[in-house]
Amino acid sequence: MGTNIEQALFQPLETQTRAEDEIVRPSLTYWQDAWRRLKANKPAMIGLTIIIIIVLSAIFVPLFWPYDYSTQIRGHENQGPSWEHPFGTDSLGRDLFIRVIYGARISLSIGLVASIINLTIGVLYGGISGYIGGRVDNIMMRIVDILYGVPLLLYVILLQVVLEKPIEQAFETTFLRVFKGVGSDLILIYIVLGLVYWVNMARIVRGQVLSLKNQEFVLAAKAQGASGWRIILKHLIPNTIGPIIVTVTLAIPSAIFTEAFLSFIGIGVSAPMASWGTLASDAYRGLRSYPYLLFFPAACICITMIAFNLLGDGLRDALDPHMRK
Amino acid sequence: MGRYIIHRVVSMVLTIFFIVTITFFLMHAIPGGPFTREKPLPEAIIKALNEKYHLDDPVWKQYLDYWKDLLRGDLGPSFQLKHRSVNELIGLGFPITAKLGMVSILFTLLLGLPMGIISALRQGKWEDYTTMFIATLGVTIPSFVLATVLIYLFGVVWKIFPVMSSKLTRPIEYVMPVIALSGYSLSFIARLVRSSMLDVIQQDYIRTARAKGLSELRVIYKHALKNAVIPVVTYLGPLAAGLLTGSFVIEKLFSIPGMGGYFVNSVSNRDYTMIMGSTIFYSVLLVVMNFIVDIVYVLVDPRIKLVTVKEG
Repeated sequence: MGTNIEQALFQPLETQTRAEDEIVRPSLTYWQDAWRRLKANKPAMIGLTIIIIIVLSAIFVPLFWPYDYSTQIRGHENQGPSWEHPFGTDSLGRDLFIRVIYGARISLSIGLVASIINLTIGVLYGGISGYIGGRVDNIMMRIVDILYGVPLLLYVILLQVVLEKPIEQAFETTFLRVFKGVGSDLILIYIVLGLVYWVNMARIVRGQVLSLKNQEFVLAAKAQGASGWRIILKHLIPNTIGPIIVTVTLAIPSAIFTEAFLSFIGIGVSAPMASWGTLASDAYRGLRSYPYLLFFPAACICITMIAFNLLGDGLRDALDPHMRK
Repeated sequence: MGRYIIHRVVSMVLTIFFIVTITFFLMHAIPGGPFTREKPLPEAIIKALNEKYHLDDPVWKQYLDYWKDLLRGDLGPSFQLKHRSVNELIGLGFPITAKLGMVSILFTLLLGLPMGIISALRQGKWEDYTTMFIATLGVTIPSFVLATVLIYLFGVVWKIFPVMSSKLTRPIEYVMPVIALSGYSLSFIARLVRSSMLDVIQQDYIRTARAKGLSELRVIYKHALKNAVIPVVTYLGPLAAGLLTGSFVIEKLFSIPGMGGYFVNSVSNRDYTMIMGSTIFYSVLLVVMNFIVDIVYVLVDPRIKLVTVKEG
């Protein structure tokens, strides 16, 4: 009872010492954490830098470059690379550098369209299918299976052939005339990509949603009376954001590749506009005499593909710690 | 197992049914029909042509007729190449494509597997970095770029390999097309095997094998490898698909008279029956291939539970 406790032993710590002993590091949000991991990943940062450079030059170079993609400079035909024409000129005397830059615009716009499609159709399709489940899911996934059983490139070619005429006609007759500057064949590629390029995303989102929808937070949302839409959009999809971003980053190079492939076999973007695939295909015919015409577009395709893939791999490691090996 | 196979067969048949139907109606949705030319043909000739190819029948009848022919294995005549049927063209082109494809698959496996294994066993060493560097390039460089670079360097500048591979009669003619065609899948398999091998060699049963004193060679080849290559089986379906679509451009570049080249030509000539026939042929081929791969996968890996039966 009468134990004497010496008060002096129980002095409160000084603030300074307490702070030093604290073993909690500053708490990071999911995004800060991901960014920290991504920054440490050298290849991914190289990829990101290259992508930024390509995007900036595709936007700004045409603003000050003295030539246009269709300008034919008399007397400058078939020149090798020089200070005036860094990538040389083609047989019609067009500056290859600016043509490659315009090709970058085409490729990047295709990447953009592909990612929008993935983020809207793909995410919603997968989300709805996974959340509702049962017979709806069964039918929706059968459709995806049918699309998935055959390489997307086959559908793309098929649709490209079928839709070519109607799109051209629509451009002649309807309000779409306003978009004529973009070129009907480019719009056609956007549409064709839109029809098939969401399949992969739908499968991934569905798988994620299936594993999430029985967790407590979804039950809590349901108990509070949230609608199905709200649960899908506000609860399930934000929780699959990691895989979604990774899939988008990897879908972009695949769409860019598809366009280059189509243009290379001659059913893509046509003259006087030129995508990287068209430029490479044109150059292939004169390969013996003017190899530099092939070198620059081909190098651009490769560098862009590598950059997006490096960034995609890095993002996968950064956003999805579970997937890391 | 029986239920699983039945389930897969049904879904395979359904897939093929839908692909044929979609292809048929897409092709018939084209305005103008196959005889629309820059310079219009005389009315009477178009009428005669339409009659000859039964294009004036109602669509549903044409659809049923198409199925009837299809079930007998007849894909119809080619609209652009007179007196040739789609079957004949496939018969001419496919053996060559198949030959190239087989060699490419062999090449892919014979080089891709060792690359992945070496890379995994020497993780973090220069062998690993070199192979993975090559594999990353291989996955990202499009086949047509690789092919043109090969043609330029080895065909035009150094003249080591023939540029025109024509009929693929001599082994040397295979070298460049096979490398260009399998570049992607080779790199993919190397990366796949590396990651699954890394996974497997950390397992307990490998430690057990080492602990009981087996030689390292025996541990790797007798115990680790079997499980490490299982994921490769799942990739065989996409591999076949990749080789088929890759052949479109490779055959064109190397002037190989295979089916891929025919297909691309039929696309640029708008030879509708040929496009339709090839699409269906390719699709059926791949769907059947995927089916076989799935069955093989279940057979080689007893750990796989047949979840799809429950799910579907």
